[in-house]
Amino acid sequence: MHTDDRSAMRAKFAPPTEAPRHSGVSRRSLLATAALLITTSGATAKVVTKVLPWRPNEAYPVTPVVPGGWLFFTADEAAVVDAIVDRLIPADELGPGAKESGVTTFIDRQLTGPYGGHDWLYMTGPFPANPLPTQGLQSPLTPRQQYRQGLAALAAYCKANFGGRGFVDLSADEKDKLLAGMEKGDIKFEGFASRMLFNAVHANTMEGFFADPIYGGNKDMAGWKLIGFPGVRYDFRDVIDNPNKPYTLPPVSLQGQPAWGVR
Amino acid sequence: MTRRLPRKDAVIVGLGWTGSIMALELARSGLDVVAIERGPWRDTATDFNIGTAPDELRYAVRHDIFLRTRQETLTMRNNSSQTALPIRRWGSFLPGNGVGGAGSHWNGQTWRFLPDDFRLRSHMVERYGEGIMPEGHQIQDWPMSYDELEPFYDKFEYVAGISGKAGNIKGQVQPGGNPFEGARERDYPTPPMKQGYSQELFTKAAKEMGLHPFPRPSANLSAAYTNPYGCSMAPCTYCGFCERFGCSNYSKSSPQTCVLPALVREPNFEARTECEVTKVQLSRDGKTATGVVYVDANGEEWEQPADLVLLCAYGLFNVRLMLLSGIGKPYDASTGEGVVGRNYAYQTGSGATAFFDNVNFNPFAAAGSLGAALDDYNSDNFDHGPHGFVGGASITNAYTNGRPIQYRPTPRGTPNWGSAWKKAVRETYQRVTNVGAQGSVMSYRANYLDLDPTYKDQLGRPLMRMTFDFQPNEIKMANWMAERCEAIAKAMGAKTTQINRLNTPWNVVPYQSTHNTGGTVAGTDPKTSVLNRYLQSWDVPNVFVMGASTFPQNAGYNPTGTVGALTYWALDAIQKKYLKSPGALVQQ
Repeated sequence: MHTDDRSAMRAKFAPPTEAPRHSGVSRRSLLATAALLITTSGATAKVVTKVLPWRPNEAYPVTPVVPGGWLFFTADEAAVVDAIVDRLIPADELGPGAKESGVTTFIDRQLTGPYGGHDWLYMTGPFPANPLPTQGLQSPLTPRQQYRQGLAALAAYCKANFGGRGFVDLSADEKDKLLAGMEKGDIKFEGFASRMLFNAVHANTMEGFFADPIYGGNKDMAGWKLIGFPGVRYDFRDVIDNPNKPYTLPPVSLQGQPAWGVR
Repeated sequence: MTRRLPRKDAVIVGLGWTGSIMALELARSGLDVVAIERGPWRDTATDFNIGTAPDELRYAVRHDIFLRTRQETLTMRNNSSQTALPIRRWGSFLPGNGVGGAGSHWNGQTWRFLPDDFRLRSHMVERYGEGIMPEGHQIQDWPMSYDELEPFYDKFEYVAGISGKAGNIKGQVQPGGNPFEGARERDYPTPPMKQGYSQELFTKAAKEMGLHPFPRPSANLSAAYTNPYGCSMAPCTYCGFCERFGCSNYSKSSPQTCVLPALVREPNFEARTECEVTKVQLSRDGKTATGVVYVDANGEEWEQPADLVLLCAYGLFNVRLMLLSGIGKPYDASTGEGVVGRNYAYQTGSGATAFFDNVNFNPFAAAGSLGAALDDYNSDNFDHGPHGFVGGASITNAYTNGRPIQYRPTPRGTPNWGSAWKKAVRETYQRVTNVGAQGSVMSYRANYLDLDPTYKDQLGRPLMRMTFDFQPNEIKMANWMAERCEAIAKAMGAKTTQINRLNTPWNVVPYQSTHNTGGTVAGTDPKTSVLNRYLQSWDVPNVFVMGASTFPQNAGYNPTGTVGALTYWALDAIQKKYLKSPGALVQQ
C-alpha cells in the first residue's frame, strides 16, 4: 500500500467520529462493471456462452499487510489492544505471544476492511433488545464501533477503578482478573457491554495468531509453529503414506519463502 | 419498467450441481437453455488458484465465496411462539453463491441413502407398529424407491468420479465395503481414498466390536479420472482445504470440474451471472409458468419467457422462490394445511472426542471426505424396538482439515486464553480425534418455513422464516449414538474421551451442517407434497424443482449423492416423457 493510500485510510477512519461505511467495492465488482456485455437482446448482464470466461488474474491475491503505523486505531487504543492480546496469548517458554506476532496490526487492518463495517452482513433493523441466545449476532454495532466504543468504556472503567491508571499500567494479575471479569460479563462498563469487547478482541486475536502471515499477524508463523501446522504446503500424500510419523518440515505461507525447498 | 426478452425453451434458476447437470443434458437434447445465477462466474483457474485458495481467514472465516447475508438471508426462531430474527452472520449452515453454488465449497461426502430410507414410514410401521412414530411427526414415504433411483445414483457417481468401495454389487456383499448399502449395478468409478492413522485405529476397533467399517465414499478423487462428459480430474493431495474452499487441484468433484467444461461448449446454452431471479411469472389462471423475472447487475428488471422453468437454487431458496411466486399452497402450521414450507428438516450431530498419548495423527493431512465410516446404527440396520426412537446415524472417524483458526481442540475445562490455554493447544493438536454420528432428522408439524412478516431483502421482498428445533425423538437418537461413538473411541485406545451430546435448543452460531432439507417435498399426495415423483410441481406442471428441498425427511447422511441421483431421475422423465407431451406426468 502506498503512503498516500495509508494517509487517506487514516483520514477515513480517524477517531473520534465513526468511520463511514467501507465502500465494499472489490476489484471483482469493478471488473464486473467493466466487463458488462450487451446481449443481442439488449439486456445488461454478464453473459457466458460457448467459451469459459477467462480473465487473467481474476483470483486476485490478497495485498500483503505492511506493518507499521495504525490505520484505524489511535496510538493509545493500539497500546491497550497490544496489552490485551499480550495477556490472551502471552510470550512464554513455548514461544512468542500475540503481541510479538503482530496481532494488533492484524486487527487494525481487518477493521479498515469489509469485516470492520460488517459490509457483507444483513444489518437491517429492527434490532430487538433481547434476542434469543440461539439467534446469534443481533447487535447493530459494527466491529469498528465495538472497538472504538468498547476501548473508550474500558479506559473510563480503569480510570475510575484503578486510581486513575489505564489498562496498560495495570499489573499482569490485575489485567488477567479484569479480562476474566469481562469474559464472564461480570464487569460493568458505563454504556457498553464489557463482554462484547472481550469477545471481539479474543476472536480477532485467535484469527490473527493463526491466520496466514499475509494479513499482518502470525509473524514468522509463530502460531503455526506452536501447534505444528505446516501451512499451505499443498501436497501431503507422503504424510498419508507414513502414518503416525512426526512431521518435521517447517511451515510455509501464501507468500512463499526459501523453506519451500527444505526437505 | 420490466423489459421482456426473447423466449427460451428452458430457464434454469441457479447454476450449481443440479442446474449445470440440467443445463448440459437439456442443451444436448436440443433445447435453447438459459441459466440465471445471482452470484459471479467461478472457475478453478480464475478463482481457486493455488496461490490464493488455501487461505483460511479469507474463505473459511470471512466467508468470501459464500452467499452474503446482505444479498439474502432468512430469519429464525426455535418455535412459533417466538419472534424470528435475521441470521446476520452464517454459522450453523453455509449457503453457496455464484456458479457452482455450494457444490464448489462442499466436503465431498457422497452417499446413497439406504433402501429403507425411501419407505421409512411404511417400513417402521410394518416392523414396529404405529406406536414407534414420534409425537407430532409428519414422516412420509418417498415417492420413488431405491431400486428406481439406482441407475441415477450410478450416473451421478460416474460423472463425479466418486472414490469408494462397493459393499453390495447386484446383491452380492463385497468385502471391505458397506454391507448395508442397497444393491448397486457396479463398483465406484475410482478406488477409495487412502486413510490416516486414526482411521486405521477406528477400523481395527470397530471390526473387533463386530461392526462393519469401510472407507467413506468421496468426491475427493483417489486417482486421475475422466468422466463421461470428457472432464478430467487429478488425484487429491490431502491438502486439507475442501469445505469452505474451491479446490485448486481439480481433485474435488464440483460443477466446475465435472460439468461446466462440457456445458460451455454447447452453443445453445447461455449463462447470465450476477442476475437475481425475483419470481416465477405465472399465466393469468396460475396454472402455467410463463418464465421468470430477474434483476441484473445494474438493477434493471427483465422478464425471461420460457416454456420450462427449473428451480435449481439451493434448497432453501427454491422454497422461498415458490412462496414469493405463489406456486403451491403455503404451509400453515396452525392448521397443518398447505404444503410449501412443510417438512423442513435438518441433521443431528453428536459423538465423542478422543484424546491419545504419543501419537501423530497429522490432522492437516486431510480431505473433506477422507474417513472411515460404519452404518450398523443407521436407518433400520439395527433393532429399534428397545430404544423408542425412529432414525439413525452414520458413524465416522475423519480428518477434513487441521486449519488452526477453526481447528484447535482442547479438553473440556481448558481456559480460553493465557499460558495454560497455549500449552493445551500445543499438546492436543496432534493427539485428538473424533468419532462422530451424523443423524437423521424426521419431519414434524412444528418445523417449517414460511415468509417473515417483518424483515425484507434489499429488493424489498420478505425474507423466509425458519421455525426449527430438534425434537425429543432426535435428541434421544443422537445421544444414544454419542454413547456408541464413545465406546468405539475407547476401543481405539484413547487415554480419555469426552462425549458430545446433541445441544438444544438449535442455535445458529456454531457450524453444524449445511444439510437443510424439505420445504418443497416430493410425494404421492398433493395434500402432503409440493412435487410429484418426478419433482414436477402439482400445481404448475412446467415447473420442476431440484435439490434437497424435495426430501420428505432427512436421512443419516450427507445429501448431495441423493440430490445428484434425483436430478438425473427427474431429467430422465423430462427427456423421455415431458418433452414429448408437456403436462402433468402424474394425474391427481
